[in-house]
Amino acid sequence: MPVKASDDSPEKARRFREAALPYLDDAYTLARYLLRNAADAEDAVQECYLRAFKHFDSYRGPAMKPWLFAILRNVCRAEYARRATTPTSAIEDVPESAEQAPLWHETQETPEAQMLRRWDSDTIRRLVAALAEPFRETFVLREIQNLSYREIANVAEVPVGTVMSRLARARAMLRSAWMAEQEQVK
Amino acid sequence: MTCDEAEVLLHALIDGELDAGHARDVETHIAGCQHCAAALSDYREMSKAVADADLHYKAPPELRQRIEAALPQPRAQVVQMPSRRSVLRGFAMGSAVSAIAATGLFAIVLRNDDMERIQSEVVSAHLRSLQAGHLTDVISTDQHTVKPWFNGKLDVSPPVIDLTTQGFTLIGGRLDYVDARPIGAVVYRRRQHVINLFVAQTASTERRAAKIETVQGFNIRHWSDHGLNYWAVSDLAKDELADFGDKFEAAMGSNTG
Repeated sequence: MPVKASDDSPEKARRFREAALPYLDDAYTLARYLLRNAADAEDAVQECYLRAFKHFDSYRGPAMKPWLFAILRNVCRAEYARRATTPTSAIEDVPESAEQAPLWHETQETPEAQMLRRWDSDTIRRLVAALAEPFRETFVLREIQNLSYREIANVAEVPVGTVMSRLARARAMLRSAWMAEQEQVK
Repeated sequence: MTCDEAEVLLHALIDGELDAGHARDVETHIAGCQHCAAALSDYREMSKAVADADLHYKAPPELRQRIEAALPQPRAQVVQMPSRRSVLRGFAMGSAVSAIAATGLFAIVLRNDDMERIQSEVVSAHLRSLQAGHLTDVISTDQHTVKPWFNGKLDVSPPVIDLTTQGFTLIGGRLDYVDARPIGAVVYRRRQHVINLFVAQTASTERRAAKIETVQGFNIRHWSDHGLNYWAVSDLAKDELADFGDKFEAAMGSNTG
């Protein structure tokens, strides 16, 4: 028995557009990192916005971005559950950039230039995408979406202490992965 | 401070989330520990590299168009575009309340108020009940149908009281999850507003007077009585929610007394 949106007026839609649509790229970015698949991310973001619009009447805070993220995260979790129950459907679990990007580049560049190359966007994206789910989520909310620990705790529905431990683990894993890549270069 | 503690806290230092006292402690440790100083320097470099690299994705224009098309248009008729995958609507993860525990070490620093966390979970459960099209597991305006439905599903028997004549219509009951445990939710409606009354066992049998708080824009009236904890959650205004609570408690009093 869903609650019917009490007011689907154009005025409500206008306010919703102004408040929520500026975060469309942010929401899409989060969905891409959470689901690691472009088509699923699009579906999830669309569903998130439809739900958000439906509940926009009762929205009184927190900030719009974490509010949208909390809804989006729930949508993504439903998608995880769907994947878990349909193991036969192939799940694209690798960011597409990983297929084209070689693990390292054959170059005659100086070591300094190689260092910089190691931290280019594709490399970081690939390393982030390889993190396990709760660590990836926390890392993306903090480093890419710039949420505070408190906001992350609200979005992820965990205590702040858990946010801290996950973030420490996430960064430690990235640091090791980064060092491993450097070893390969040598 | 040990290295184990510093290894976690230095992240909060980088992120500017540490209070002054702990920040000083971490800095003192790092000044005397090469291992942690190297880690801090690496993590700073990493954070900067991540910030400098453009890791955002841009939403495809078709996605924006699809969302725009699904919203009511200024003049045109309302177009309801169905989502491509309706399964995303279903909330298979009823217990999205993730129970993955912190590793324990870090609870010391930013210890979260349990009550605050549970309130926030109660609000999440309320939101989920609205979003999922899964407001009720048992739909009935009859308290003698709703109450027995909970039997065997919970370690408590939530009181179910029909307040229809007093302006709050009983519409059913539901099993939900809060604090990683099943909890009973009795659902009422007032006009188009939904009230979820969550009921859980408490260790104390002492009566605790009602308190109303606002969390994420929702009002919560919390009270304890006869070994049960109650949270009434709604987007109703505070005075109406208080009225609901008062009438519920009064009816409880006349039932048991």
